Amino acid sequence: MAYSDKVIDHYENPRNVGTLNKESENVGTGLVGAPACGDVMRLQIEVKDDKIVDAKFKTFGCGSAIASSSLATEMIKGKTLDEARELKNMEIVEELALPPVKIHCSILAEEAIKSAIEDYKSKQGK
Amino acid sequence: MLNRRPDMPIYMDYQATTPVDPRVVEKMMPFFSEIFGNAASRTHAYGWESEKAVEEARTHVAELINADAKDIIFTSGATESNNLALKGAMDFYKDKGDHLITVATEHKCVIDTARYLKQQGKKLTVLPVQEDGTIDLEELKNSITDQTVLVSVMGVNNETGTVQDLKAIGQICRERGVIFHTDAAQAYGKVELDVEDMNIDLMSISGHKIYGPKGIGALYVRRRKPRVRLTPLIHGGGQERGMRSGTLSTPLIVGFGEAARIAKEEMHEEAKKLIEFKSYMFNRLNKELEEVYLNGSLEHGIPGNLNLSFAHIEGESLMMAIKGLAVSSGSACTSASLESSYVLLAMGKGDELAHTSIRFGIGRFTTKEEIEEATDTVIREVNRLRDLSPLWEMFKEGIDLSTIEWNDEHGGH
Ligand SMILES: Cc1ncc(COP(=O)(O)O)c(C=O)c1O
Ligand code: FES
Repeated sequence: MAYSDKVIDHYENPRNVGTLNKESENVGTGLVGAPACGDVMRLQIEVKDDKIVDAKFKTFGCGSAIASSSLATEMIKGKTLDEARELKNMEIVEELALPPVKIHCSILAEEAIKSAIEDYKSKQGK
Repeated sequence: MLNRRPDMPIYMDYQATTPVDPRVVEKMMPFFSEIFGNAASRTHAYGWESEKAVEEARTHVAELINADAKDIIFTSGATESNNLALKGAMDFYKDKGDHLITVATEHKCVIDTARYLKQQGKKLTVLPVQEDGTIDLEELKNSITDQTVLVSVMGVNNETGTVQDLKAIGQICRERGVIFHTDAAQAYGKVELDVEDMNIDLMSISGHKIYGPKGIGALYVRRRKPRVRLTPLIHGGGQERGMRSGTLSTPLIVGFGEAARIAKEEMHEEAKKLIEFKSYMFNRLNKELEEVYLNGSLEHGIPGNLNLSFAHIEGESLMMAIKGLAVSSGSACTSASLESSYVLLAMGKGDELAHTSIRFGIGRFTTKEEIEEATDTVIREVNRLRDLSPLWEMFKEGIDLSTIEWNDEHGGH
């Protein structure tokens, strides 16, 4: 499997690896995928005034899944929740030059963002 | 010692194939352009010389398994031998019965041939394996019927290195009067094989797994007590007792023979080195990492195969992390149709561990420095990936991963 330079860069130097306090009111957590499928992504956002001020991830999955989640955290940082919700997996595919068999890794990242936003919203009681 | 090109990774995929031993290459060289005759040409010295070399090689191949040289049929490799054994026997003995028995962890070329035969109307039993990869002998006994023609059980599994009890299986088959075939591609030259002691009737062998060339192999076909007969797959000039027509490849056969000769001479010494390396790697990984699982068994495994799962990290990303090591992974999450290793699943390993398995192959040209470097690399990268893994974090927090409701309906898989 030949990976693009960008995948390798994100895989070897992943951005925003870590854990936010999932009990915090301001943090939304998205956990998607399943161990049996070979991929689990956890993406967390910290929100202030409707804006994503921090994002962290941890991923169990192939190199493309790790790179997709690393890139996803970079892309949503500084965005409003509405802007982040608009992010499409194809932007990740293009940026990382993912081959067709790896598109599902980017879909997972998109789902993780949406799920983190939902979690945050539900905490806000809306 | 072999010289590794500086840009190439450390070779640890000896089950996929092996480099040709330089001694073997040397032995082959004259047979390309000097002694190039057709071994079937009876009218001149070119043919005679080739025939002599082929027969010498045949003897070497036979001696490693205590067989008669006349019982060796040269083929293009174990894939062809397995095809010839299964299709050839099931067709030749079609009036005797229509049932064959094989095992869930066989190589694809046995499984797919057996499935093909089933499509053609034969009856097929696929035996499950126990946790260590061996079959239950009672279950084998109970599966044999008066319609059973052939039992096919591999000697050593290519993924896990599990060794089957061929002697016990051979005895059962002989008592019940069924043909016993074994795919010995991974066993030949690695473990003790004796067609008489083990009552083996058909045995598939491959040249490139024993430091010989690719594209050459053999099928041992018992000629006496009892005589086993096969319908050929390839018809033509009647070479190889009519079971495999086509001009023999003298250079490949000579190389295969030399590789077998060297294996017979050196396999016991070599095994000692392989066991030492394997123990070193296994012990250090176990000591310096948590949650390392052995696939297969130390007791029933061959020396050169160490198949491990590293819990909570995914196989493909680990492969990418240890790209300085040429290894193979049981996980194949490289396509939209996710496929865990069917061998590990058959051994009762969960999807999760089957996904994280790596096969480390140790062989004739592996050095102590390489094993040390490989071990260091694995420890470093497993730790790095676990720091990235949400499953590892949950495991460390004491969360039971099986209690989480996973959403596995996402795109792709
Ligand atoms: C157990 C087993 N059987 C058969 C084969 C096929 O052998 P060959 O490459 O000689 O056709 C292999 C090698 O991949 C093997 O490991
Ligand atoms: S996680 Fe399955 S291929 Fe990327």
